[in-house]
Amino acid sequence: MRGKIKLSDMSRSDRTPLTHVRNEDLMQLPAPLHDPAHDRGWTPLSEQTRARYECGLDGTCAVNVPQPKTKQEEEALVARFLSGLEKLFTRENNWTFLQPLLLTMEHCARCQTCSEACHIFEASGNNELYRPTYRSEIMRRLYFKHVKGGGLVSAWQHGDIGLNWSLIARLIELAYRCNLCRRCAQTCPIGADNGLVAHELRKLFSQEMGIAAKEIHDNGSMLQLKAGSSTGMNSVAVKDNVEFIDGEMTEKTGIEVKTPWDVSGADVLLIHNAGEILAWPENPGAFAVILNAAGISWTLSSEAAGYDSINYGLWYDDAQFARVAIKHAEAAKKLGVRKIVLGECGHAHKSLSVIADRVLLGDLNIPRESSMTLLRDIVVSGRIKLDPGRNDFPVTLHDPCNVVRLMGVVEPQREIIRKICPKFREMEPHGVDNYCCGGGSGFAIMSGNNFPDWRFHVSGRKKLAQILNAFRDCMEPSVPKYLCAPCSNCKGQFRDMLSYYGLWENHKILYGGLAELIVNAMTDVKPGFIEWEWH
Amino acid sequence: MTVTLYIFTYAAAVTFISACAVRIVWFARAPLHLRWELYPVPHEPPARAEHGGSYFEEVDWWTRPSRFHLFGELRFMIPEILFMKGLWEFNRRLWFRSFPFHFGLYLLTGAAALMGLGGALSISDPAFAAGTLGQIIHGLCRVTGISGMALAVLGAMGLLVRRLTDHTLRIYTTPGDIFNLLFFLVTLGLSAAGYWSRSPTTPGMIALTKGLLTFDSSLEIPGLLASGLFLWALLIAYVPTTHMSHFIAKYFTYHAVRWDDAPTRRGSSLEARLAGYLTYRPTWAAAHVGADGDRTWAEVAATNPAQESKK
Repeated sequence: MRGKIKLSDMSRSDRTPLTHVRNEDLMQLPAPLHDPAHDRGWTPLSEQTRARYECGLDGTCAVNVPQPKTKQEEEALVARFLSGLEKLFTRENNWTFLQPLLLTMEHCARCQTCSEACHIFEASGNNELYRPTYRSEIMRRLYFKHVKGGGLVSAWQHGDIGLNWSLIARLIELAYRCNLCRRCAQTCPIGADNGLVAHELRKLFSQEMGIAAKEIHDNGSMLQLKAGSSTGMNSVAVKDNVEFIDGEMTEKTGIEVKTPWDVSGADVLLIHNAGEILAWPENPGAFAVILNAAGISWTLSSEAAGYDSINYGLWYDDAQFARVAIKHAEAAKKLGVRKIVLGECGHAHKSLSVIADRVLLGDLNIPRESSMTLLRDIVVSGRIKLDPGRNDFPVTLHDPCNVVRLMGVVEPQREIIRKICPKFREMEPHGVDNYCCGGGSGFAIMSGNNFPDWRFHVSGRKKLAQILNAFRDCMEPSVPKYLCAPCSNCKGQFRDMLSYYGLWENHKILYGGLAELIVNAMTDVKPGFIEWEWH
Repeated sequence: MTVTLYIFTYAAAVTFISACAVRIVWFARAPLHLRWELYPVPHEPPARAEHGGSYFEEVDWWTRPSRFHLFGELRFMIPEILFMKGLWEFNRRLWFRSFPFHFGLYLLTGAAALMGLGGALSISDPAFAAGTLGQIIHGLCRVTGISGMALAVLGAMGLLVRRLTDHTLRIYTTPGDIFNLLFFLVTLGLSAAGYWSRSPTTPGMIALTKGLLTFDSSLEIPGLLASGLFLWALLIAYVPTTHMSHFIAKYFTYHAVRWDDAPTRRGSSLEARLAGYLTYRPTWAAAHVGADGDRTWAEVAATNPAQESKK
């Protein structure tokens, strides 16, 4: 089937997947993972999943769309899709992205320059289904046919595509085979944006059809709006957990650590991704150590969503996005802080600093900045004493797409690392030309069915190759190595992917945040803040 | 036939300008979107633009004066517009086909501008064509026209061969794509053939332009050349109705999307525009959105579906 996939295959009414990704087709990894025969196998989808859900794309299933039971149900879904497609191109419904979407629909020259920039396409061994323009071309043909009126001349000029439920079901899944890293858009000679197309498709499915990946909607933005955090923690639970972290940090560092809560008029409202508090407590703990030591006036908020910077709406739903962004701003407004500082979470950086900038108006427009810059100023100013010798191990830096390519925060984190990590080495390419970790746009938290196999074998593969290359001179397990990933979602992907390939057990590659490296180098702190243990 | 050609040419010019204007207005009047910039943004100060950094790299960035480096944008734009630098970097094989085609069209546009200038000056000074300036313009016209024609033909043929032979492009190629390239090739070929096969008594291109400007029906234009010029008129009218009008789109994709990093400041005109959008009444049908067509965008954003579903 590979190499022969056509656009019209998307409308095939059988539910046989259009492709099966095979290890031997994938981009080769560097040593020690270079032999495809020794690569991990794929878990097949269960009979039950295939019988219940739409799995006709590629042998995995991210969204779990139930199969319609009747022809009428299918027709109703098609009608709903068409209604949503039309709304995407109206200013009342989609002022948020109408202009860039129109430009992309109207002006792609189909030159395929973007394809080589896409880590998913490359890692898959150039599987046609994952070419960035494959998804966009279907969307474009639907746009010309169903939004602009279609007709014979239009079909001749723009191409034709048959619309049925099978195509829509596959398109739903295909919208979740893109990390929205927009590396492809960076290379487009015209400025068309295939990442935006995936984003807008997800929006259509969510806002019109009520279809989205469960992890980012039901267990993500909805849970955050209900409980205050996508982790499910309410304000009491989060305070308890942070108090526990304070205790741990005090013991570990030898200095009293106390996290301030709800301090009115504080200079800084720090908002972490609440996942850090549960999964990587040393990161919020390290922030507390650094900010206290530097004498920063700071606070956390116990307001709903004020203690969890995540905003999954960024990836699929403008309404959910705006709701959460407003809650973040309201928490800051209530405390009267001077600014919001975002902890180590890439999508939270972009959500609140960049995208929400045109949603938060009037007194909700409270300045937002990256923790990278605040930490850089603390480190460079000499307000805390640092001994780079404590970080005398190989370190490489992962650039979260949302922080670098999509927000332009590139150097502050490097200034810190260059100052405190004598064995720092860059991945290639890096900065705004980086590759996504493979967990972007929600994938890091999407673990249903056999989707993890896909995100480790395909979407994370290019990054995995970069990591192995960065440490190729010191792969022996006697040398502990640190992959610095200042982003919760990226860390989630690395935790799972490094474990999947046994890179901690066999080669001692550990991942972690930036703040931990700083505390590990602080001379006022007991040595050994970074514990070389898998977490 | 000469008069018909004149009418066709004027109609094509009017169609071209109108279609371009419609497209420009269409994009320009689209609402301001949420920020969607992509770094590097070249109007950042050079020290930051170099590594793709933004003003977000500064602590308390909102307290610092915003700086817009026009030179940085120009340094990006000029090589991009003239030499397709991005394509050179990201798709070298295509550049060898696309660059000659586009640069050839630039040269042909330049030749047309020179013809227009020469024609206009000939009206005011009948001896112009024989004078030094007339000879210079005529010479420049020939050089730019012929080299432009050659490059465009070469490029169009390369692009067409690629479309027809590269299997990765096949499923994305429509009959319209093939037609567009053939249209260019036939137009270029026919006009070149008409130009080369013209007799010594055929009026030159500047004289033809003068005839066009003065509507001089006495000019005799050979059939082959006239056919080429007819096709040019059709092509010029056709291009802005297709995706090939990306010369317009590219302004917006860069300046209004990729490089639009303008922060919203309280009380600004930007904020006023955005406030207007928040009064729109969306109609998205999914239950959690709660867009019933009565609620404004701001009201929808202020609701909490998780709380409402608990009630």
